[in-house]
Amino acid sequence: MAERCAVIGVGQTHHKSKRDDVSIAGLVREAAKMALADADLTWSDIDAVVIGKAPDMFEGNMMPEIYLAPALGAVGKPMFRVHTAGSVGGSTALVAAHLISSGIHKRVLTVAYEKQSDSDAMWALSVPQPFAAPLLAGAGGYFAPHIRAYMRRSGAPEYIGRMVAVKDRKNAMRNPYAHLHLPDIDMKMVEDSMMLWDPLRYLEACPSSDGAAAMVLSSEDAISGHYPPAWIHGMAMRSEPTMFAGRDQINPQAGRDCSADVYAQAGITNPREQFDCAEVYVPFSWYEPMWLENLGFCDLGDGWKLTEAGATAFDGDIPWNASGGVLSSNPIGASGMLRFLEVAMQVRGQAGEHQVDGAKLALGQAYGGGSQFFAMWVVGSEKP
Amino acid sequence: MADETTAGPVTTLATPIRLDFDFTPGVAQSRFLRGLEQGKFMGQRCPSCGKVYVPSRGSCPTDGVPTTEDVLLSNVGTVTTYCVVNVPFAGQSIEIPYICAQVLLDGANVSFMGLIQEIPADQIRMGMRVEAVWVDESELTPSLASVRYFRPNGETDADYETYKEYL
Repeated sequence: MAERCAVIGVGQTHHKSKRDDVSIAGLVREAAKMALADADLTWSDIDAVVIGKAPDMFEGNMMPEIYLAPALGAVGKPMFRVHTAGSVGGSTALVAAHLISSGIHKRVLTVAYEKQSDSDAMWALSVPQPFAAPLLAGAGGYFAPHIRAYMRRSGAPEYIGRMVAVKDRKNAMRNPYAHLHLPDIDMKMVEDSMMLWDPLRYLEACPSSDGAAAMVLSSEDAISGHYPPAWIHGMAMRSEPTMFAGRDQINPQAGRDCSADVYAQAGITNPREQFDCAEVYVPFSWYEPMWLENLGFCDLGDGWKLTEAGATAFDGDIPWNASGGVLSSNPIGASGMLRFLEVAMQVRGQAGEHQVDGAKLALGQAYGGGSQFFAMWVVGSEKP
Repeated sequence: MADETTAGPVTTLATPIRLDFDFTPGVAQSRFLRGLEQGKFMGQRCPSCGKVYVPSRGSCPTDGVPTTEDVLLSNVGTVTTYCVVNVPFAGQSIEIPYICAQVLLDGANVSFMGLIQEIPADQIRMGMRVEAVWVDESELTPSLASVRYFRPNGETDADYETYKEYL
């Protein structure tokens, strides 16, 4: 990276199933204003705005970035839209960071959102095409067979998914912005919930949320704000085709290549040892053990053993999704940015009740589409 | 009936939209769709790695070269993995619960998603051997709608080792 870049302001809405008190413009502005206040800046201090969301068809607003420019103080400024399906929140933050690291801008506002209550994601994901059978019942129907394949390959016991579902909802109790607050969550409640896409139950899947996330990124000579900056130590994106012979959807090559790149930049040789915490895109419970392996936190086939041993719990040696993660809040376009934002909050020491003690170096990860888009960054309290 | 003058302000309204579009499949996919119209699965082989794609998009995603050799595939394949869908959704045409499986046709190197019927949902297995059931000849169209579903064909399950790299 040519120029150092840091997160100096963060903001997010209270994620809910229905924000009928605001339009999409009101929703994104709410998060952006919080991020500006945290950075101790005003709209006029911002050089450019980078925005992302999941496919336009979800809410049926084509190119919403154009109509959102006034709400985000972007009129007359460079504005950039990013599209990478569910990983878009992460990719959007990376595009914004590149505008700083390349020396083009000093301060960039980056925003991501989804208003699922205005949308019918199931419909948007199930467009009839003559070369595909009309079987896909939303994202769960796509990912459930790959979860079954992981269970078969790793020999993981079937209760592991429920453990993740309980752990992330317990973590969400510490996060006032999380959508789901389920104080009585336990293994039995998950087991008793409806089987949606066998082997995946209702409480092992993410909710549908309205919400937005925003960050202010800055170059080294423009640092401001109420908390110390979160310095970016590495960032990478990778993608792979949705279909090719020998494709491994349980452990995608794009994910392995992306983490290898970001770890090389940040000097990470042992992620489980070196990171203090991680926020990883886990929309369905079983993606925690799968991504533990894909991200090199353990050997292949051992991801579920870390989950089972409590290593990824809030009081474990490598807390994953202390915020409650995607399983507790899923404003799709913002979900990836929330992973990136939450690790910035951790290393800035501003995570409140879900603060991981002494967090100094952390990994944020987002994935999207049919596990073919990956975005990651490593942030730290020390300068790289 | 609510009094319209005292009800709260209108904050949202549903506006259903409809999108009709023409789909241009291109040369490679046309070949696959024409095959379906004749009740057969047509794939293409990569001249470099030898892998057989169905449907083929006309080039190998791994090698980036055109796939020119047509390959007629079997009507029989293996369920590599699956889920049982129990979620109702708008526009759903199949009664739930139903089995949505990845089917690897014999001779192909990629699986595709298929509906499995004629077996209770709780009896499906990874490795199960299945065959395509087509619509009546008069109803065949250049679309996957020509395949009604797949059903167990009674063969012994495929060994995990034979399909584990196609998960």
